Amino acid sequence: MLKFILRRIMMMIPQLFILSVLVFLLAKAMPGDALTGQLASNPKIDAQTLEEMKEKLGLNDPVHVQYARWMKNLLQGDLGISYIHKQPVNDLLAGRMWNTILLSAAILILTYMIAIPLGIVSGRWTDSWADKLIVGYSYVSFATPLFIFALIMLFIFGFKLGWFPTGGSVDIQVEKGTFAYYLSKLNHLLLPALSGALINTVGTIQYLRSEIIDTKVKDFVKTARAKGVPESSIYWRHILRNSFLPIAAFLGYEITGLIGGSIFLESIFSYPGIGQLFLQSILQRDYSVVTALVMISGLATLIGTLLSDIILSAVDPRIRIE
Amino acid sequence: MTGKPILEIDHLRVSFRIQDQYYAAVDDVSLTVNEDEVVAIVGESGCGKSALALAVMGLHPPQKTKLEGSIIFKGTNLLSLSTSQLNKIRGKDIGMIFQDPLTALNPLMTIGRQIEESMDYHMKLSSMEKRQRTLELLKRVGIPNPEKTYHRYPHELSGGMRQRVVIAIAIACEPSLIIADEPTTALDVTIQAQIMGLLKELQQQMKTGIILITHDLGVVAEMADRVAVMYAGEIVELADVETLFHHPLHPYTRSLLHSIPSAQTRKEKLHVIQGIVPSLQKMPRTGCRFQSRISWIDESKHEPNPILREVEPGHWVRCTCYQHFYFPHDHIGDVGYGIS
Amino acid sequence: MAFLKVNHLKVYYPVRGGFFRRIVDYVKAVDDISFELRQGETYGLVGESGCGKTTTGRTIIGLIKATAGEIVLEGTDLTKLSRRQFYPYRKDIQMIFQDPYSSLNPRKRVLDIVAEPIRNFEKLSPQEEKRKVQYFIERVGLNPESIYKYPHEFSGGQRQRIGIARALTLNPKLIIADEPVSALDVSVQAQVLNFMKEIQEEFQLTYLFISHDLGIIRHMCDRIGIMYRGRFVEEGTCEEIFRNPQHIYTKRLLSAIPNADPRQRRQQFHLREEVEREYKQSYHRYFDDDGRVYPLKKISETHSVAIP
Repeated sequence: MLKFILRRIMMMIPQLFILSVLVFLLAKAMPGDALTGQLASNPKIDAQTLEEMKEKLGLNDPVHVQYARWMKNLLQGDLGISYIHKQPVNDLLAGRMWNTILLSAAILILTYMIAIPLGIVSGRWTDSWADKLIVGYSYVSFATPLFIFALIMLFIFGFKLGWFPTGGSVDIQVEKGTFAYYLSKLNHLLLPALSGALINTVGTIQYLRSEIIDTKVKDFVKTARAKGVPESSIYWRHILRNSFLPIAAFLGYEITGLIGGSIFLESIFSYPGIGQLFLQSILQRDYSVVTALVMISGLATLIGTLLSDIILSAVDPRIRIE
Repeated sequence: MTGKPILEIDHLRVSFRIQDQYYAAVDDVSLTVNEDEVVAIVGESGCGKSALALAVMGLHPPQKTKLEGSIIFKGTNLLSLSTSQLNKIRGKDIGMIFQDPLTALNPLMTIGRQIEESMDYHMKLSSMEKRQRTLELLKRVGIPNPEKTYHRYPHELSGGMRQRVVIAIAIACEPSLIIADEPTTALDVTIQAQIMGLLKELQQQMKTGIILITHDLGVVAEMADRVAVMYAGEIVELADVETLFHHPLHPYTRSLLHSIPSAQTRKEKLHVIQGIVPSLQKMPRTGCRFQSRISWIDESKHEPNPILREVEPGHWVRCTCYQHFYFPHDHIGDVGYGIS
Repeated sequence: MAFLKVNHLKVYYPVRGGFFRRIVDYVKAVDDISFELRQGETYGLVGESGCGKTTTGRTIIGLIKATAGEIVLEGTDLTKLSRRQFYPYRKDIQMIFQDPYSSLNPRKRVLDIVAEPIRNFEKLSPQEEKRKVQYFIERVGLNPESIYKYPHEFSGGQRQRIGIARALTLNPKLIIADEPVSALDVSVQAQVLNFMKEIQEEFQLTYLFISHDLGIIRHMCDRIGIMYRGRFVEEGTCEEIFRNPQHIYTKRLLSAIPNADPRQRRQQFHLREEVEREYKQSYHRYFDDDGRVYPLKKISETHSVAIP
């Protein structure tokens, strides 16, 4: 097992290397640089000063030198300096990263809390009215774009009804570390998480439903019935356990998807996470932040798939990792 | 040789719903299984043999199936029982062996747990006693190293070993009736011989009645005491095994016996049964159902509504057409199967 | 000269292990086998699942690459050919598959299914192509009008005939039939087997018939090779193998076949017990220290057994 994880991590190195080269080149290929937006338009700064600053920042070095420098810093855990925010990217990310992880975890938990019961009901009592209702809901949520749904949620529950705050991740007044602080955090989290979860459930519901329908007619379920096992135990012990396998296997990929979804959610709910930062940084050409975020989400994706494999091997005895 | 009846199937009809209409896959089947007796049900796919077996076990989905007639097991009509009442009988008094040992076991449960599961509901045993009994069962079905196998998962065993586990599950509570649905079809021939030997041995020790569902006449010849041949949902011939193989009467039985290549003797040409088995929806519901496949026999030789009739003691045949049946022109003559 | 000669054929699959996934061992699916097919005969390849019979068939037709050895068809070693050089030989060897339900593309009409090999190898006008397809469809006993139907409109036996029609279109010399009737009901089996015998005469075909069913093998084949764990244990004419088996594995296989005469039940049972006893007692006469089968040794002009 440990060997397997080690090997997978070793395999990540070339993958991350290729990603880093691509990201770096793309960032370089984009028109303009960090100085363009901020300084070049400033009439007080002349061309010579601009050139000096470029020289100072190393922007005039050959590409491979710039890449090597960037890579060296990256390996030391230094993600560079944001030209816009004028502070190290590390500091910039620290707080936001936690917010995004918190939001993603909340979405994931809510998704499973909604999707698993619905999927079970839908799969067990196929073609009942409850099943039709659930399938209808999942079609609607499949067809609704996340950003539109999130805007509607924000409008109704945030502005019209005023039940939830409409921005930020915590009230500024509350003191850090107190009970009220955590409560406020949760309060800020709930609406974006719920919006994300309600749209996110469709995959899990459909997967679980069709998986249960498939498993229901499997031979081993017949074997269990022929043993005289009561219907409720048939479901819990034989059908559901087997139906959860693909859901468990998908957990890792689910995490990857959440990173993409966070861009919309955090922007709409003005929630200070890395998704929101990512969008801002692209618009402001803050490339050191963009490249750092792409690298992080690339790493998260790889870890997510690794996690999927590990989970699957833990729940399915047929998949054993030496 | 045989004891008193344990299972009496009387005028059983099993119909499936297809687009809001019910079609009988098993039609008017009456059959008795005695204690300590192996009754084989043979036929080709779609003849209704598996539907019959699943009906006895109550394994058809109730929303899509209609069951008529009666299945009396030790005095109780199984068709009148609720699922929870039925659960007191299945696994305890009736055990079932399935065709494919690859899919018949839950891939996520250990072998030991799967065998113990039926004891959970039918026997008052401590977990130690259950474990002990499971180990004995594994030994009894010929699994080497039961302690190790107890903790194994199905995918870690070979096909033959898995089928032994399936048998262990079926006999876990010493049932008086075992339904074996194609128990050796998915196995290699040497493994098949071993499993047939094991079933025969267990049957003799436990004096169980067995319903053996199969398409393989060789397996029937080796295992069965009595044989029912099914065609298009009906039993067309019922006789003891020697009579059926040496003096078959119904045209279908005779055609079937002549269409199989034998490893014991070499035939020049195999008999081909004309036409195809009609689908469930297109099946003729009156007259002799085999009529269209022996078109050279004059229509008047068939009965309008053929019934299963006892033509000799213990030998039942459906339709009078058997009295007039012959094989067409170039055929190798009409002798029993296996003796040349 | 032999029509097809297989010389010391080996098909190995690497087993990888350890941290760097290095090759630590090989699965020897086919482990040094040699046999010949004569023009117009039916050669049966028999064995239980995993013995390598299917791999052998697929290697001959070029679906699997041989690890070592030669496959000589009328003087040309097929294993030495490049993909392009092999192309013309594809016409000469055709295959009939086991499952008539999955080997025909459900979205294609019979016309397109049967015409596919023609389109790959011959340039024919649509009319000629249609005429040719209809000819073969009629030859396999189906209505020539049915070429516009789809596979699901046919029964299992009819589908297998469509598969055979497809195999026949290019006038092949060798047909590899891998369990061609094991997915079919017994009465349909008879139909397909009889039919295969008929076309063999008509089209001068040579069959490599792969099956686990010894009844069918006995009915169809002139000569038989018995395989066990990737190797041949015995080879001979049908009569030699069935009447005078020499290797303990052959004896075991033959005694395991259910005897279709209920009166011989007891004898069959005793025969099996006897063979089993012999198997246990004389295991080392037939298998070397690694449990491997010995190389074949001729005991008569046509009969060979794997004994030391």
